[in-house]
Parts: sequence; structure tokens; C-alpha cells
Amino acid sequence: MPELGKYAAEVLSAYGISLTLLAGLVLWSVIAGRRMRARLAKAEDELAKGRGA
Amino acid sequence: MSLWEYANPRRFMAASGAVLPWISGLAAVLVALGLAWGFFGTPDDYRQGSTVKIFYLHVPAAMIAINAWLMMLVASLIWLIRRHHVSALAAKAAAPVGLTMTLVTLVTGAIWGQPMWGTWWEWDPRLTSFLILGLFYLGYLALWEAIDDPDAAADLTSVLCLVGSVFAILSRYALVFWNQGLHQGASLSLDKEQNVADVFWWPAMVTLAGFVCLFVALVLLRTRTEIRARRLKAVVARARMS
Repeated sequence: MPELGKYAAEVLSAYGISLTLLAGLVLWSVIAGRRMRARLAKAEDELAKGRGA
Repeated sequence: MSLWEYANPRRFMAASGAVLPWISGLAAVLVALGLAWGFFGTPDDYRQGSTVKIFYLHVPAAMIAINAWLMMLVASLIWLIRRHHVSALAAKAAAPVGLTMTLVTLVTGAIWGQPMWGTWWEWDPRLTSFLILGLFYLGYLALWEAIDDPDAAADLTSVLCLVGSVFAILSRYALVFWNQGLHQGASLSLDKEQNVADVFWWPAMVTLAGFVCLFVALVLLRTRTEIRARRLKAVVARARMS
């Protein structure tokens, strides 16, 4: 850990908040993408089954 | 092969699916490397002390926040002129990324400004235009959510994007236009005289490259999700009819 001196709180909070925001955005995008892919696959499957019946 | 062929959702999904893992991996490596280099491997500035380390987050985030809006502007113009759905969805996909980058810029700027300027906030031309850009991002996203018809939503958000571009440009050039306020000039510039010292410049460039890759990866991922959401609506409508 580098010596941050009297500005340690400012530097660490800037990194903490920014990385949390960026990680949140990445997680949200990945989870939303996976959910949508699963919903679409399920709907297409049901449509195909409905046509087959 | 023409670039316009990627306006076909099927082609876009195939091409973006192949590129996405590579660009995501590159983004992760470059962001981690650039930030770790800047945080652990660079000295304090003789005036700013260790707060100079905030620069590695603040500047790349600000550059992406402005350029994300300009990318949305190009995509919106393509929608308005050529009516390619993928371009409208790419603009929509970029907005949350741009908003997050704007938030990172404003937060890191405020945290840096308190010890250096003695204030969290100042109604300085650059800071104010950046805040307005953030509000435009919020308005743009709200407008997409408020309109049910996707084509009407794309039309109206594209017009809003054209108007908001004024603030994206102002945020970038506010210092040149008004030459006043607290905010300093460009830290990363093509003009070597204006640039920060090499010891700070290199990690900043690596982080910036990482942020660019992160932006591209997130826009591709989110555009793919939007295309699937459109497809889901069509499938549900077809299932109801059959």
C-alpha cells in the first residue's frame, strides 16, 4: 500500500466510490444480458412447441 | 463488406458475439493495469500530493462521458437518416455507460476539489456544463422509458441527443470558450507542452485505453440485450396471434 499521507481519505474514497459505480454497471449489464437471453430462449422454445402441437 | 451490413441485427449479433470476449478481457487487463500502475507505481505530485492519483480515474471517465454522448449523436443521426434499428439501440445502450462515467467524473472531481480548491463544487463553466450533461443523460434515459412505441422513442431521444450535444461540446471546450473558472486546462493533450509529466502520462494512457475498451464492451453487451428484448416482444406477439 503506498503512503497516501494526509489525503488518504480523499484518494481511497474516490477509488472506492468509482470502482463501486463501475463494478455495479458491469454487473447490471451482465445480469440483464443473461436474463434477457434466458427469457428469449424460453419464449422461442414455447413458440416452437406451440407450432409443433 | 460494407459497415452498413452490421445494421442487420443478425449480422451484428454474430460479429459482436465474436468480438465481445476479447474486448472485455482487454478492458479488464488494461483498466486493472493502468489503475494499479497509477495507484502503486507513481510518485505524489509536488503540489497535489497523493490526490494526483485521482487523476487516473477522473480524466479517463470524463473523456468517455463526453465521447459517449458524441457516439450517441452519430448513432442517433444514423437512425434519423437511415432508420437502422441497431443504431438507435446502440445509442440507448451507451447512455447508462455515459451517465456512470459522468457520475464518476463529478464525484472524483468533487473529492479532489475539496482539498485542492477548498470547495466540493464551484459554478465554473466546465463543472456546470458537465452537470448539465449528466442531467441530459438522465433525461435521455427517462424519455426512452416513458414512450411505449420503440420507433417514436428512438425519434424523440435522437432529437434530445442532438440538443444535448451542445453540452457535450461545451463540457469539452468550456475552458477555451470562457477562459475562466477554477478548472485547469487539459492534462492529456496532443500538445506535449500541455501534457502532464511522462511518469503520470503513461499509466493515464493505459487506463484511458482500458476505459475505451470497457465502453465498447459494455455498449456491445447492452446493445445485444436490447436487440434480444426487441426479438422477445416480436416472439410474444407472434405466440399470441398463433
